[in-house]
Amino acid sequence: MYSRTYKTLVSIPPLLWVGVFLLLPYALMFAHSFWAVHEGVLVHQWNLHNYATLFSKPVYVEVLLRTMRIAASVTLCSLLLGYPLAYYLSFHAGARKELLYQLVIVPLWVSYLVRGYAWKTILGSEGVLNGFLQYLHVTHEPVAFLLYSPFAVVLMLTHIYTPFVFLPIYAALEHIPRPLVEASHDLGAGAAQTFLRVILPLSIPGLLAGATFAFVLSLGDFLAPLLVGGASGTMIANVVQSLFGAALDWPLGAAISVCILLVIISLLFLTERLEKRWSFK
Amino acid sequence: MNSSAASSAETASPAGGVLLEVRGVAKNFGARNVLKNISLNIASGEFLTLLGESGSGKTTLLRLVAGFEQPTAGEIWMSGERLDTLPPYKRRVNTVFQHYALFPHLSVRENVAYGLRVKKTSATEIGGRVDEALQMVKMQEFANSQPSKLSGGQQQRVALARALVNRPLLLLLDEPLSALDANLRKQMQSELKALQRGLGITFLFVTHDQEEAMALSDRIALLRNGSLEQVASPREIYAHPATAYTAQFIGQTNLLRGEIIDGTARCGALQWPSEGPGGPAIFSLRPEAIRFASDDVTPHGTARFRASLEQQFFSGASELLEVNCGGSQLLRVRISARGPLSGEHEFVFSIADAIRVQE
Repeated sequence: MYSRTYKTLVSIPPLLWVGVFLLLPYALMFAHSFWAVHEGVLVHQWNLHNYATLFSKPVYVEVLLRTMRIAASVTLCSLLLGYPLAYYLSFHAGARKELLYQLVIVPLWVSYLVRGYAWKTILGSEGVLNGFLQYLHVTHEPVAFLLYSPFAVVLMLTHIYTPFVFLPIYAALEHIPRPLVEASHDLGAGAAQTFLRVILPLSIPGLLAGATFAFVLSLGDFLAPLLVGGASGTMIANVVQSLFGAALDWPLGAAISVCILLVIISLLFLTERLEKRWSFK
Repeated sequence: MNSSAASSAETASPAGGVLLEVRGVAKNFGARNVLKNISLNIASGEFLTLLGESGSGKTTLLRLVAGFEQPTAGEIWMSGERLDTLPPYKRRVNTVFQHYALFPHLSVRENVAYGLRVKKTSATEIGGRVDEALQMVKMQEFANSQPSKLSGGQQQRVALARALVNRPLLLLLDEPLSALDANLRKQMQSELKALQRGLGITFLFVTHDQEEAMALSDRIALLRNGSLEQVASPREIYAHPATAYTAQFIGQTNLLRGEIIDGTARCGALQWPSEGPGGPAIFSLRPEAIRFASDDVTPHGTARFRASLEQQFFSGASELLEVNCGGSQLLRVRISARGPLSGEHEFVFSIADAIRVQE
């Protein structure tokens, strides 16, 4: 239907984009991870030293594990918030559906930084939450762990990524043919059984997609720990950032990045397989 | 057995005890009155069809019985128990959905077992009853297939098995055959009828296809704009339609509008002696009630007219003629196939076949 020339022409821009902005940087990062730094100067000398450092110094492994713990917590919390929200909107919101949907989406238009600073204002020792707690005489002095802690990071990331978790789940729930729900009731299943036996299994692809979003995006986040994480809330992306920045150790930073990339790729591979297993026409 | 089943199909009012009572049911969706004051009884073991055009309320009535909708007014009772206040999952009623609504994530066997499983039936009983149900609809060999791998007719059978395995008192069927092609539909019709007779389960069947309704039902309830137009056996409703709408909806007919004056009905070029009360009148005259006049004599109790042939539609065993009997009055005549015709002919019909109907 379309000529060969036309097909070639339309495929050039995307291929260029992917090549220049994706494949090339990855290749450079991969190459860097096998190079070295001598007295502050990059030397193109192939070695495995960076990876050895990575696994021999407990601090990197520790931060990586903490990052995964935080990402997992964010995933769990946004699922616990996003799924019931999506379920309510899809099945029980009635006429309020459109409005509520917009209300969930609107925060996505607000700058990430603005939301980060908002959390600082809320959680700080002079912040809104502490002020409120003291006003109510629940506490007599500011609660310290609210800000500059892994807790604050999880809270902020959950707030930011819940809409990302909500959207694919909502889409999956909206795609469940309503006669299936009626058929389930018709066959003697009440609301709980219908949810467990029909709705939940049929929404698993959406749930997996949402969970993947939350986990992968949290894993690579460096602004939330920077704004509200403090020393105890440092995540792996902050380490990478400082290695590329102040420490001027690009090879080690690249090696860490390659590790994160491997974690993410294997995770995407796994969820892709699971989504296929749970998708039905 | 056969003769009693056949004779019960003939009677206008069913012989069995009343299973389902619909008492003055109305249903509004916003300002729209989808059902208006419907009262209807269904006998145990009966095959009752809700027939009507789209928007007539037939599916809504079915959904009220299933429990997917609540009536705005009126009550529904089943076996002496109030039904409309129970949630769908507590009713001994099962539904075969229009597009089958099989669970895509479950195999055929798991689909059929669903109802028994949620009721915590023992595994051995589930196994036996599911096998029995699958055998009944001839789907044993597909027990482990996924629904998406099945054809429309096969999915239909699974949907039937999934409903029947629960041994409902009443089976609701919402246009179950509408998605099948013509041949398969005919075959499924005869299997459905056989199944219903064999099991003795009461069927409440919804369709817009009057032929299907005639072929399957013990009684037909014809709905029009949310009201019951007529409830009768297929033969009764065909032979004695109460209204012009019914006469036109069920089979083909000629509606003759005219009046009765001094014991004579006059409708355009046609006239015949009529004993009914005088005034404007509508008659339904079936195409097959008209035949060629064989000779010049007009026997007692018949009416005769002359008409020219306008169109001839051949349909195998019979053909349909469109004849003009003067002015622009067109009549349809069904005769057994006899080759191409033309010109003017004499026709005759028995005046008992001109059924007076209400507007």
